[in-house]
Amino acid sequence: MSIRRGLLALLAQEPMYGAQLRSEFESRTGGTWPLNVGQVYTTLARLERDGLVEAAGAADDEGRINYCLTGLGRTEVQGWWSAPVDRGDTPRDELVIKLALAVTVPGVDIQRLVQTQRTATLRHLQDLTKLKRATSDEAGGRRPDEQKELAWLLVLDNLVYAAEAEIRWLDHVETRLARGAKHAPESRTRDTARVYDDRSIEGAK
Amino acid sequence: MTKGAMTTDPILLLDNVSRVHGRDETAVRALDGVTLTVQAGELVAVMGPSGSGKSTLLNLAGGLDQPTTGKVFVEGADVGAMSLRTLAALRRRSLGFVFQDFNLIPSLTAAENVALPLELDGLRVRKARRVALDSLEAVGIPELADRYPEHMSGGQQQRVAIARALVGNRRLVLADEPTGALDSQTGEDVLRVLRSRCDAGAGGLLVTHEARHAAWADRVVFLRDGVIVDSTGTPPSAESLLDAAGAV
Repeated sequence: MSIRRGLLALLAQEPMYGAQLRSEFESRTGGTWPLNVGQVYTTLARLERDGLVEAAGAADDEGRINYCLTGLGRTEVQGWWSAPVDRGDTPRDELVIKLALAVTVPGVDIQRLVQTQRTATLRHLQDLTKLKRATSDEAGGRRPDEQKELAWLLVLDNLVYAAEAEIRWLDHVETRLARGAKHAPESRTRDTARVYDDRSIEGAK
Repeated sequence: MTKGAMTTDPILLLDNVSRVHGRDETAVRALDGVTLTVQAGELVAVMGPSGSGKSTLLNLAGGLDQPTTGKVFVEGADVGAMSLRTLAALRRRSLGFVFQDFNLIPSLTAAENVALPLELDGLRVRKARRVALDSLEAVGIPELADRYPEHMSGGQQQRVAIARALVGNRRLVLADEPTGALDSQTGEDVLRVLRSRCDAGAGGLLVTHEARHAAWADRVVFLRDGVIVDSTGTPPSAESLLDAAGAV
């Protein structure tokens, strides 16, 4: 997740100080990506170093500095809005790695692994749906409150669809594994069994 | 059962139900020892791949099919022990189905469709209409009472179907892929309606293959090869439901 670009986008609206940026970021994304103040200040320091933001004036009585965008910063934000998000940048998914390993490492009950994950993901989906229920389904008006509610709903929908996609993928994995088990030629099964035996013998040594 | 009395009977109880089609070597176990309850105020979703027994489960719950072993109770009454006449009355008075393709009668208006089970049950036309209007109000479309299905959108028709399923004293709605023919936002609207009717005291059993829609349920059970393999929660105890009812 690009906190950097998120903060730049907020500063494009108006100058803000660190704690303010943090609370704005969280309220607009519904607290889905909590930030700590330290993260915000280190990010601001890097943005300042790279010439994307600058102090909008001297510190106030409480020592807070308002930051605003430089010309370069404004260009960066514009670029972010107009370019697609590079999916290759997203961190590797632990579940995918886990399943890929599970089908190659002997002795893992994959069917159970898939079912356990599916139940957990559906519980997560139920929680997200409860949050949606608590939000009005007619959000999206013109008042700032309603716009924030709409933003929150869009974030929620994204998480809902992501969870749904994961469940569909798990359904697919299950079907594929079941089909593989049914159509596996006997010789392959035997080969696999032999490999497992060899490993267990090795393990026993 | 005394009408209106606080009862701890679940609206629907499937007690160790099995359904076998055919016999001997060709026998297929569509359901195998399934136990499931739906309490008042509860929406339960059933998910599973095709052939897992979802439709069989729904047909047994609605008295359209009989279990090979085990028992089905609707509002405490043993469906298997009923005469055909009593069973037909149960289907008119206690429960309603909602299908993917709405199944409204095209030559009847929304209100007439909703009133139909009441009229079949012997209620006078005018009284039946009044009850039907209440039910349309509860699903948020009182203004569509005199419209014919062909002049309604899919989402509106499905709301009418929900209103019909829960008209009058009917308290159990059995929904078979109710969002299958709807786009995502309309599907969600229909789920919101189903959810709110359950929040108002109905019991719902929802069969769907869409996780996003199943997530509106209080509980999601996973069916595979006729067996419940997992569930997202445990059924609520009668005490917790009474507490919840007292808190409202």
